[in-house]
Amino acid sequence: MDREELIQKINTALAEEFEIDQSVITPDADIKETLELDSLSLVDLVALIENDFGVKIKGSEMAGVRTFAALYDYVAERTQ
Amino acid sequence: MERVVITGMGIWSCLGKTLEEVRDSLYNGKSGIIFDPVRKEMGFRSALTGYVEEPDLKGELSRSQRVYMPEQAKYAYCATRDALRDACVDEDYISAHEVGLLYGNDSSAVPVVKAVDTMREKKDTTLCGSGAIFQSMNSTVTMNLDCIFKLKGINLTVSGACASGSHAIGLGALLIQNGLQEMVVCGGAQEVNPFAVGSFDGISAFSTREDEPHKASRPFDRDRDGLVPGGGAATVILESLTSAKMRGARIYAEVLGYGFSGNGDHISSPNVDGPRRSLEMAIRRAGVSKDEIGYINAHATSTHVGDTNEAKAIYAVFGDRKIEVTSTKSQTGHEMWMAGASEVIYSMLMMKGGFIAPNLNFENPDEDSAKLLIPSVRVEKHFDTFLSNSFGFGGTNSTLIVRDFKG
Repeated sequence: MDREELIQKINTALAEEFEIDQSVITPDADIKETLELDSLSLVDLVALIENDFGVKIKGSEMAGVRTFAALYDYVAERTQ
Repeated sequence: MERVVITGMGIWSCLGKTLEEVRDSLYNGKSGIIFDPVRKEMGFRSALTGYVEEPDLKGELSRSQRVYMPEQAKYAYCATRDALRDACVDEDYISAHEVGLLYGNDSSAVPVVKAVDTMREKKDTTLCGSGAIFQSMNSTVTMNLDCIFKLKGINLTVSGACASGSHAIGLGALLIQNGLQEMVVCGGAQEVNPFAVGSFDGISAFSTREDEPHKASRPFDRDRDGLVPGGGAATVILESLTSAKMRGARIYAEVLGYGFSGNGDHISSPNVDGPRRSLEMAIRRAGVSKDEIGYINAHATSTHVGDTNEAKAIYAVFGDRKIEVTSTKSQTGHEMWMAGASEVIYSMLMMKGGFIAPNLNFENPDEDSAKLLIPSVRVEKHFDTFLSNSFGFGGTNSTLIVRDFKG
């Protein structure tokens, strides 16, 4: 899967799970703000990425995954 | 003591999703029972069940509200939404008052099964998701309803087995009578899925009359062979007469009496003494004579010992008085945690409609049911006071007496 495919797949999965319009997802946007995540629904983000992409976001690394671009990088680095 | 009245009703049942639909189903003796082939594939002795659709609440509730709701909480949400509307209780009223919530629920199997499957397969608890813990708890219905409707009074789940919904109404009435709450949302919810009732099927409690689903639930009939599980949710709005009058609310009826007892006996087999004491306590507390009761909605689930012992208890209390006794479970199956609340609504709809729905499939009495007046066809009858029984595993009994409100 190339990067563009990965980004599209992640965006589609997030939009479906969190019931938002994909158009609001931009690389520099804040994930928590855009998806309206609280401490509980953040768990669902982690579970979705692990279930769909086989990548577990470690709690200690979550702070570094603030934007969608950072999320794409995090997943891409671990699925290559 | 404050008088307690019912000012709203809502229901999500195999007999209908509106009061009008349910009333028509009762009037026409419609059965809500089906054969569910999935249960057969899972090894059930009996694949019979009451059928209710799971509501699609997308668009009505946000994802963050829905993610914590198992199916029975969705049923309870619909019933409560409709009951509050029926009572003309809006967000402004709720915001300005401490409205309580007492709801019967005694299981939440599917979220538990799913979470355990995930943990066993993935060895990673995060993958259970954020909703699992809130969906799994017995109090899932009240925790969800309280947050969605922003209720600020008592917030408590009543787990009293198959008497849960009835106890919820009785306890709500006690709180209002004693001036501790002005209004309490009361009800009962029951999940409808194979995981919830598989082990119940395993103790041979269910009817196996699978070739005739609508004939399987036959309370009091000589040839009954077990109950049929069902479910959904039912909500009534209880409030003090003072509050109802102050709001100018339409008043359906008054809760006159709540009786309760424990059997102190066997875990599954009911006895006669416990139910008898519950009936007598309700009558005593209601301050009515036995002759004033025009209809008895029996707990009778279509099991041999349960129906027999309830018939004995009713006869012990009412003797040869000719009061119609029916079990609406002949139409709905056993709605378990929901039943005590739904059967108050069924009885209320009959009282308001001037009829008694048929006790379906009562073709031949046995020795004990022969002593009661059990109509197998609809009776056109005006009555203004009814008694509703609910009994549960472990010997928990609840009896409610409700009277039409004439002002």
